[in-house]
Amino acid sequence: MSGNMNLTLKVWRQKNKDSKGLLETYNVKNISPDMSFLEMFDVLNEELITKGEEPIAFDHDCREGICGMCSMYINGRPHGPKRGVTTCQLHMRSFKDGDTIVVEPWRATAFPVIKDLSVDRSAFDRIIASGGFVSVNTGNARDANNIPIPKDDADTAFDAAACIGCGACVAACKNASAMLFVSAKVSQLALLPQGQPERYMRVQSMVGQMDEEGFGNCTNTGACEAECPKGISLSNIARMNRDYIAAGLGSE
Amino acid sequence: MSSFTKMFSSSIGNKILVALTGLFLCSFLIIHVSGNLQLFYHDNGMAFNTYTVFMTTNPLIKTVSYILYVSILFHAFKGLHLAYKNKKARPVSYAVTNASANSHWTSRNMGVLGTILLVFIVVHMSDFWYEYKFGHLPFVKYEKNLTTGEITSSPFQGQISGKQEQYVVEAENKEVTIVKDLYAEVQEEFKNPLMVALYVIAMAAVSFHLFHGFKSGFQTLGLNHKKYNGIIRFLALYVFAIIIPVTFAAMPVYFFLK
Repeated sequence: MSGNMNLTLKVWRQKNKDSKGLLETYNVKNISPDMSFLEMFDVLNEELITKGEEPIAFDHDCREGICGMCSMYINGRPHGPKRGVTTCQLHMRSFKDGDTIVVEPWRATAFPVIKDLSVDRSAFDRIIASGGFVSVNTGNARDANNIPIPKDDADTAFDAAACIGCGACVAACKNASAMLFVSAKVSQLALLPQGQPERYMRVQSMVGQMDEEGFGNCTNTGACEAECPKGISLSNIARMNRDYIAAGLGSE
Repeated sequence: MSSFTKMFSSSIGNKILVALTGLFLCSFLIIHVSGNLQLFYHDNGMAFNTYTVFMTTNPLIKTVSYILYVSILFHAFKGLHLAYKNKKARPVSYAVTNASANSHWTSRNMGVLGTILLVFIVVHMSDFWYEYKFGHLPFVKYEKNLTTGEITSSPFQGQISGKQEQYVVEAENKEVTIVKDLYAEVQEEFKNPLMVALYVIAMAAVSFHLFHGFKSGFQTLGLNHKKYNGIIRFLALYVFAIIIPVTFAAMPVYFFLK
């Protein structure tokens, strides 16, 4: 087929959490530009299995950019060279025949490598869990739009809620800081009336859990916002800082 | 009180303290650069030397200066401490990074720029602040003709009681001022091309450090608002990254070429 390419891949191979990993070189041939980056990995893995070698472990699930599993650090950037996409949405047409592509896992103390390109992101789950509950009335379903919410607030909350928890913000940040993720999770509730009763308690516990997990400190480089596949804004971090300051100054 | 302790020992709390001290240091630079503009007067340093007396004797300014010294130390060492913790948050580094695709290099090198500035501040303060307070600077005597406004200066060998003596000789229609000659020290310092180079390099570091730092401070304090972000970016670039460092750098260059 014309337009198909041959590529050199340098992929991080690591047996398990405790072993030392290294970059292994693989040559892949006849890759269609219409394949997604993950499909190219499927092709490579098929070859490895046929040869009786251990396939490369990598996370993936929905393959439509909404699950946030496909955590690959490609040529020095999370999810590769394109903005606003996850790895499954990255196509091989973004590369040229003969390219060398370096693929590494997310690197952070809080995201230990499980195997090869697969990392443990349960730190994010623990941060969300530490946020606790939202008070809601039980009983009959309420009428739609029962609680008036300004359109701008609803939109901003929705933008924050678009976070898929992929961890690209941590991977991109030179300090491995999780501030963009945590601020998105804080903001999506802080902006809505339903989130008010526990607003200040929530920000304190989520920031506390974030610190405990061993993420770095934010230095406002903006790398997270630039690499976020869902375009989560830095203004969420400012909102979280404001809420955190208000919580610290106001609480007893 | 415990909620304060908890807040300021958290990651965000630490950063708030770095931001507050940093913005305070920014405000100090405005005063410092404005006052030092008097170095450019053609009066053999009279304005500068009398201003120095004011800055080192006024109780309000003395109080603020002690807060300033504490702020510099806190900002520098807390910043370095956070940079060290940030390194530990990623123990295995990437084989390939393409950080220029997603962030400005000034924002990624605040620790390096800040370390250059810390070294500079030590040199700067030992050359001028320490010399003025504890060194043996010569005294200078200015005689200002009250009719023509003409100023003449001459070395003064004797002793004075305080930092400054100022009196009017009515018979000769002149005002006499005797002060420590820090201006001469400045002139002497910047005859050395290495010193001039150090100052110019340090001012480049100030420019890059503040270009990111000024904006970053506001973001950390939660002050990110569509309406005001424009003015913050404007001040960061034009005032703190261009006007202030260029004016400071002009001082050693002026004395070197003088």
